[in-house]
Amino acid sequence: MKKKILSLKELSERTYGLASGHRACAGCPFPSIVKMILGSSDYPVVVANATGCLEVVTTIFPYTAWPVPWIHSAFENVAATISGVETAFKALQNKGVMPADRKVNFVAFGGDGGTYDIGLQSLSGAMERRHNFLYVLYDNQAYMNTGIQRSSATPFGAHTTTSPAGKVIPGKVQHRKDITEIVAAHDIPYAAQASPSHWGDLIRKARRAFEIEGPKFIAVISPCVPGWGYDESESIELARLAVETCFWPLYEIDNGIYKLNYKPKNKLPVKVWLEKQARFKHLLDKPELIDEIQNKIDEKWKKLLWLDGKKVED
Amino acid sequence: MKTKAFIKHALTGNEAAAYAMKQINPDVVAAYPITPATEIVQIFSKYVSNGEVTTEFVPVESEHSAMSVCVGASASGARVMTATASQGLALMHEILYIAASLRLPIVMVVGNRALSGPINIHCDHSDAMGSRDSGWIQMFCENANEVYHTVIMAVKIAEKVNLPCMVGMDGFIITHGMEVIETIDDEEVKRFISKRTPLYSVLDIEKPITIGPLDLFDWYFEHKRSQLEGMLQAKKVIPEVVEEYNQRFGTNFPAFLETYRMDDAEFAIISMSSAAGTMKEAIDIKREEGLKVGLLRIKTTRPFPYEILREKTKGLKAIGIMDRAESWSTMGGPLSIEVKSALYPLDKRPFAIDFVFGLGGREFPIEDAFKIIDITRKLSEGEEFPEFVHIGLKE
Repeated sequence: MKKKILSLKELSERTYGLASGHRACAGCPFPSIVKMILGSSDYPVVVANATGCLEVVTTIFPYTAWPVPWIHSAFENVAATISGVETAFKALQNKGVMPADRKVNFVAFGGDGGTYDIGLQSLSGAMERRHNFLYVLYDNQAYMNTGIQRSSATPFGAHTTTSPAGKVIPGKVQHRKDITEIVAAHDIPYAAQASPSHWGDLIRKARRAFEIEGPKFIAVISPCVPGWGYDESESIELARLAVETCFWPLYEIDNGIYKLNYKPKNKLPVKVWLEKQARFKHLLDKPELIDEIQNKIDEKWKKLLWLDGKKVED
Repeated sequence: MKTKAFIKHALTGNEAAAYAMKQINPDVVAAYPITPATEIVQIFSKYVSNGEVTTEFVPVESEHSAMSVCVGASASGARVMTATASQGLALMHEILYIAASLRLPIVMVVGNRALSGPINIHCDHSDAMGSRDSGWIQMFCENANEVYHTVIMAVKIAEKVNLPCMVGMDGFIITHGMEVIETIDDEEVKRFISKRTPLYSVLDIEKPITIGPLDLFDWYFEHKRSQLEGMLQAKKVIPEVVEEYNQRFGTNFPAFLETYRMDDAEFAIISMSSAAGTMKEAIDIKREEGLKVGLLRIKTTRPFPYEILREKTKGLKAIGIMDRAESWSTMGGPLSIEVKSALYPLDKRPFAIDFVFGLGGREFPIEDAFKIIDITRKLSEGEEFPEFVHIGLKE
């Protein structure tokens, strides 16, 4: 029986993941997310990466921070690219070019732009075709690579460079879409939300995903120092508060069964999370807008409490 | 070794392409249906369903994903093929450049069809001409028989130079026109194309590499220059592979350019694809009337055969270039611009005129071929004409 969770010591001994020397911003949590995900694999990994922050900061010819096979093609096609890699693996195994007993875990990384928006079609296609891979979304809630523009992951009220908080319009006027539910609606065997602040849960989810044949999806919240506007020492704290306020609930849908993995003893008001971020500072004197955000969170949380332990078709 | 063990079939261009793909038995095919190339995907799916090939078929949700799957699979060392047309090729556009720059020998059959708008499903070359600078080898076939043999040759060419290759055939005219195709047997195909030896593979766990990194001003230029090396190599490899094929199977396909009744020609028509068939017929008739006219049919446009064109147009008084696409430069279609540019360094150049014809599937009857010959003859005699004229246009 495989261990569900690895200790940090065990994880640190695994060589998969990212080498040091990449150019991610100080405080950016995605290098840790990548290391935790890939370190969770008991087999070699092959990685595909959508265009975005992660791709840009981990490679620049002739340097690479990837000690594992890695491919990047374009922004909107990472799910299709990994589909091709995974299909070729199957074909070459069937034809005897690749040893039949070789096991590889295929992982795609995309930001919210490459996942919620421009890459949604290719993601949907790959999920529907049942390719065997894990898609990991690192969700920093805007197009950070091009300089903080709104995405459909950007929360209501957030200031971005294309949803600026102005005299008339108070930041983004739409709520974010629920990507985990959208992906789960493809009836894939495993979909989950995780946070780097709750690393035990994140690793367990990655290890659970790697056990399953077929398409898997994990959405990981990834606070962004310049995009959200907070001190670089506070990324993990911001991720933790997103969980404690239930803005980012930790849950999974494992073969159709919902499971809430973490219920805060004391559910914090969302204001605690908002007031730590410059992107929401214009909201602090607008309680009705904060109420709107809080109501949305409460609605979703209530729904998840109800769904907890239920099968989708129940 | 010479084998003339042809098997005759009555097949359309699409069927011929699919049949070649079956014999090639690629590792991965990822494709999306689009008129007029849909049948290729349909027929191939049937081969997969009936176990006649061992290919992994990926029925993607768009052409963009088709080419993206091809890139992922080809970068994994697999032999990969696809087919598309028109809007599908346009949707792939972004990934075409990536396939070429990663030096992936993907082979794609294109049923040449007009691009929207307005929307049209019939033949012209605006689709393929739109991707002429994407870094793919581009070949255009005159008939379905040539499509069949070219698809097989394309696999070997692409894999020898590590560049992707597009094989074009005119939408409906060739894709749906039935002809007698002479095929070679499965074993001969297998032997001719042998196995792919990839430059690298993302599945190489022991020697992990990073494919497609960020590449800015300090190396991008050098990488683009080295990509050109592949195209320069293709100039040598294409004739070698075509020659080997012709030798082995007793065929007579051109590598870059076919010459037709050029021996004592005083002026020539330069054309591509199926229109060359009509033009050959027209030239035969005009030859009987005593006109010294010949035909140069360009088979391969990337790499562009500029040296051969200089050689073959030597001594001609005039050339009439046929373009089944617009370039919007207001100086004619893309083929004429490239042909004229190829001849520019010569001391003595023939007069040149461009004929834009057949857009959106407009019929190209033999009367129009006569018109083209007639105008080019008058040009050779010194009469003045505009830079380009439209043939077959309702005015």
